[in-house]
Amino acid sequence: MTEKQHIIIKGVKEGLVFLLDDQCSFDDLLEELKYKLEKTHQQLLTGPLVHVNVKLGARQTSDEDKEQIKAVIRSQGNLMLQSIEADPPAEGQGSKDRQPHVLTTIVRSGQIVQYDGDLLLIGDVNPGGAVLCTGNIFILGALRGVAHAGLLGRQDSVIAASLMRPTQLRIAEVISRPPEEWMSEDAAMEFAFLTEGQMQIDKLSQLHRIRHHSIMFK
Amino acid sequence: MGEAIVITSGKGGVGKTTTTANIGTALALLGKKVCLVDTDIGLRNLDVVMGLENRIIYDLVDVTSGRCRLGQALIKDKRFDELYMLPAAQTKDKDAVTPDQVRDIVLELKKEHDYVIIDCPAGIEQGFRNAIAGADRAIVVTTPENSAVRDADRVIGLLEQSKIPAKLVINRIRQNMVKSGEMLDIDEICGVLAIDLVGIVPDDEKVISAANTGEPTVMNPASRAAIAYRNIGRRIVGDMVPLMQLDEKDGAFKRFRKFLGIG
Repeated sequence: MTEKQHIIIKGVKEGLVFLLDDQCSFDDLLEELKYKLEKTHQQLLTGPLVHVNVKLGARQTSDEDKEQIKAVIRSQGNLMLQSIEADPPAEGQGSKDRQPHVLTTIVRSGQIVQYDGDLLLIGDVNPGGAVLCTGNIFILGALRGVAHAGLLGRQDSVIAASLMRPTQLRIAEVISRPPEEWMSEDAAMEFAFLTEGQMQIDKLSQLHRIRHHSIMFK
Repeated sequence: MGEAIVITSGKGGVGKTTTTANIGTALALLGKKVCLVDTDIGLRNLDVVMGLENRIIYDLVDVTSGRCRLGQALIKDKRFDELYMLPAAQTKDKDAVTPDQVRDIVLELKKEHDYVIIDCPAGIEQGFRNAIAGADRAIVVTTPENSAVRDADRVIGLLEQSKIPAKLVINRIRQNMVKSGEMLDIDEICGVLAIDLVGIVPDDEKVISAANTGEPTVMNPASRAAIAYRNIGRRIVGDMVPLMQLDEKDGAFKRFRKFLGIG
């Protein structure tokens, strides 16, 4: 069996809480769950009916994976699964993900940069190029292509650029394009954000007022 | 050992073939040994622009398929002793050769010539991959149009992936339209593409008439485009030449016309 424990079983008033590690691979997790229930924790299975709550931590799990966990737990006669909970994605961005990824390149037409977390791009994004991020996007250079922040739905993401001349901006599910919806004269040092589902643009100097928690450079 | 330069653009009709013919001829004017290679198989034009169409016996595909030796397919230019060209086949298509075969041919030509100038077909498919296979560096041709700049940007990205350093030629600039804001200006294009500029070529009707008569524009010193191409040739061999002043020349010309009373 693995040296490190991925599953911690706690007894609480309501029953049992299974704390599942959110860093290891899902297969390891399932393996260990089976092992624990079948081999090492036999005493749990002989007692009366027990309620079980599963906590997944920051792990993003598909419904199929959740079904697999349910199946393993249900296979033991006396365990009653009550819930499977994961931390909401916004909280799930652990402190180490806060460190923005720094990239020095020109994103040219036909090129796509995709990154999980925040991105600091030093260079331009040209028309026909795209930057996609699950977190915030900061561009030290001209944004002339497409930028999509909050790819998995984080509405509080922002897109900032030294020169804001995008073909299209996307934050979470909101898609917006200039010049119909917004456009400023000089387009210098600006950022885009969502207020009530609407794309807005403001000077970078205002960023701390609107999203004071969004950047945490360490 | 010479140097292989591919002339490419992504978009069609921006003047790759014209630029190839004129840069090649400009280098020959500077006394260099030059070979032009047309890789636009199926749509060959370089021979027409150079006025050498009627001298073609063998072509690129004949060489790769072993029907002739490389030396037999080379056509000597009618104006220069040290200028040659290798024509493309007209009956086949781009898949008739592979990048490795083109690389071998270019390597062979580099032994005998100072410069091998490769004319690339439009697009970024097989023909493009063939053309850049043997190239040491690239010249990307664009015009001051958004669509051409967009395609040039794509091509520069692909060249960067292949580790081929690229420089830029902006073709067909109409200074009066740039001034009135209807046409992209040079700084704007360079700002987006972010590569070194090797030359700017003004729009010139003489280029069209020259291409139709099979005499590269660069041979006619009265043409402003010819001077531009000669400057590019000198920059390629390493001379420092200032960029052509599009305004000033226009002004001088107008002043002269005014002086004559016709302007």
